[in-house]
Amino acid sequence: MQKFHSLQGVPAYLPIVNIDTDMIIPAQFLKTIKRTGLGKNLFFVMRYDDDGNEIKDFILNQEPYNKSKILITGKNFGCGSSREHAPWALLDFGITCVISSSYADIFYNNCFKNGILPIILEEEKIKELSEYSNRKEEISIELSEEKIIFGNNEIKFDIDPFKKKCLLEGLDDIALSLEKSKKITFFEKNLKDNKPWIFND
Amino acid sequence: MPLTLYDKIWNDHLVHQQDDGTALLFVDRHLVHEVTSPQAFEGLRNFNRKVRQPGLTLAVADHNVPTTDRSKGISDKESKIQVDTLGSNCKEFGILFFGMDDKRQGIVHIIGPEQGFSQPGTVIVCGDSHTATHGAFGALPFGIGTSEVEHVLATQTLVQKKVKNFRINVNGKLPIGVTSKDVILQIIGTIGTAGGTGSVIEYAGSLISSLSVEQRMTICNMTIEGGAKSGLIAPDHKIFDYLKNKPMSPKNENWEKAMKYWKTLKTDEGAKFDKEINLVAEDILPMITWGTSPQDVITIEGKVPNPEKEQDIDKKNSIERSLRYMGLKADTLAKDIKIDKVFIGSCTNGRIEDLREVAKILKDKKKAAHVEAMVVPGSGLVKEQAEQEGLDKIFIKAGFEWREPGCSMCLAMNADKLKPEERCASTSNRNFEGRQGRGGRTHLVSPGMAAAAAVAGNLDDVRKYQN
Ligand code: SF4
Repeated sequence: MQKFHSLQGVPAYLPIVNIDTDMIIPAQFLKTIKRTGLGKNLFFVMRYDDDGNEIKDFILNQEPYNKSKILITGKNFGCGSSREHAPWALLDFGITCVISSSYADIFYNNCFKNGILPIILEEEKIKELSEYSNRKEEISIELSEEKIIFGNNEIKFDIDPFKKKCLLEGLDDIALSLEKSKKITFFEKNLKDNKPWIFND
Repeated sequence: MPLTLYDKIWNDHLVHQQDDGTALLFVDRHLVHEVTSPQAFEGLRNFNRKVRQPGLTLAVADHNVPTTDRSKGISDKESKIQVDTLGSNCKEFGILFFGMDDKRQGIVHIIGPEQGFSQPGTVIVCGDSHTATHGAFGALPFGIGTSEVEHVLATQTLVQKKVKNFRINVNGKLPIGVTSKDVILQIIGTIGTAGGTGSVIEYAGSLISSLSVEQRMTICNMTIEGGAKSGLIAPDHKIFDYLKNKPMSPKNENWEKAMKYWKTLKTDEGAKFDKEINLVAEDILPMITWGTSPQDVITIEGKVPNPEKEQDIDKKNSIERSLRYMGLKADTLAKDIKIDKVFIGSCTNGRIEDLREVAKILKDKKKAAHVEAMVVPGSGLVKEQAEQEGLDKIFIKAGFEWREPGCSMCLAMNADKLKPEERCASTSNRNFEGRQGRGGRTHLVSPGMAAAAAVAGNLDDVRKYQN
């Protein structure tokens, strides 16, 4: 997994609440067996008209937002399905940091598995930051110090220490869990003794 | 200390408690489908990893399969690749797979219970957000992403953080014509789509215990629409009776042992819940959704909201956006909403009881001429059962199409979808923009309400149609 340290750029502001994973990447693009290549279909319905042309009004179709690495959105971002295609599409587009006042659980987790930093901030702060998007000014994110720097200001954000470590070091979850293989084997043995029906024996 | 059902199952699956507050939980049951698994298997191959417990894993193709004649296979090239990939992955890693021609094939959340794979007290995961369905059996289910699917395949564990306990009590009796679908829509309307975020919901109360196993599944199924991590119901004799003699249920002495354990699976008296709400069953009416979020509910006697009356600017904008998308005017009566299509099926309402409910209303009636309607059974076994009971004949006579099992128009990955601006009364679980096809407009309803809408040609009160 790609490491995440710091990031700088003009954020794109999408002031819609409850953006669901169908909006982020509709079902017709879930037929892929790969993780890459979804970026061009990110926010498909909002981004293209019925003939497949880009809709000029949509923020990610405009300069400089078409290169934004930071997305600021309304609350409850990523609700709906568990599809990891949603963070894959964001990543493939180039977005590696999302800022919102709340996220759906599964989406939030999926971000960390893909090197995307989802930041939670209060609504007021979001409004403040969105001004930077409107003015096309850059902001920076410093994960190790858990802060967003904009103009002469900075805002601290909270993040789970383990998740932070995984992002900073690009750690592979599976390898970490496999280190506990002995514990898993021990658990399985007990399970076979106490609940044999689990294994259909 | 008195414990909740969630606490108990959690404690029972703790492989390792880590310093950072997360825990490694053992996974007893892993359901796999074609859409969220190919990248996980590919990951295993890239790192030369095996599936740790293939015997605790069950796979089926459901999202992409055609619901029309299957003898010709899948005509959509990408869908075919995905379904075939699942088949070959299962073969390579030694996982039981129900292929498209297997009569046990069906929607993943329907076949798990049907096979007795979903059992009380187990941790069940699936790369699908509606995994909470299995909570109806007193299991602790989690919907997970593809990276986590890979994690479970490789380690048979899941990294999780304990979340809050949230109990929703529904007491009393439901009025005639009102079903568990209306109950869960009412609940989501009450708590909102983020109301359950960061918690596991236990559904309890006299109404919940009075529900059949299938009705309980409908309630647990839509837990994710309330934003919760999981939803469950304490198992009782109805659950045990249901599981008795299912193909993958415990047998002989294991059955006795399992029963002894299963009977301990309930929240202790005095256990602490971080949050609790109460609903009165008698107050619940047939519900519909009017907008593009499952929390946008009104009763069939109600009116579509008026953004002008909303003070909160975010909410006002969101109502306006939804009304525009749905092609509805503020203050329209629910009963005046004309529909073009009816979809009966999905993991929410594609089980045999749901189909019986629909048949009861459609018997000796015809759908309105302008309406196109289809019934998609949740599995091959549901289909077979329905045909044995002659339900298919009632549907066909009423002008409905009778299809092969799968997810179908619930998410429109196959050919079953709405055209732009088409309006559908649907028994599925999501009314998001474009969910049932680009520009399509979805009203979520119970199976009975969907049948009533098909007959009337507009959303209508199912209570008028009680035979
Ligand atoms: S029926 Fe719909 S909600 Fe259920 S698993 Fe299939 S696509 Fe998902």
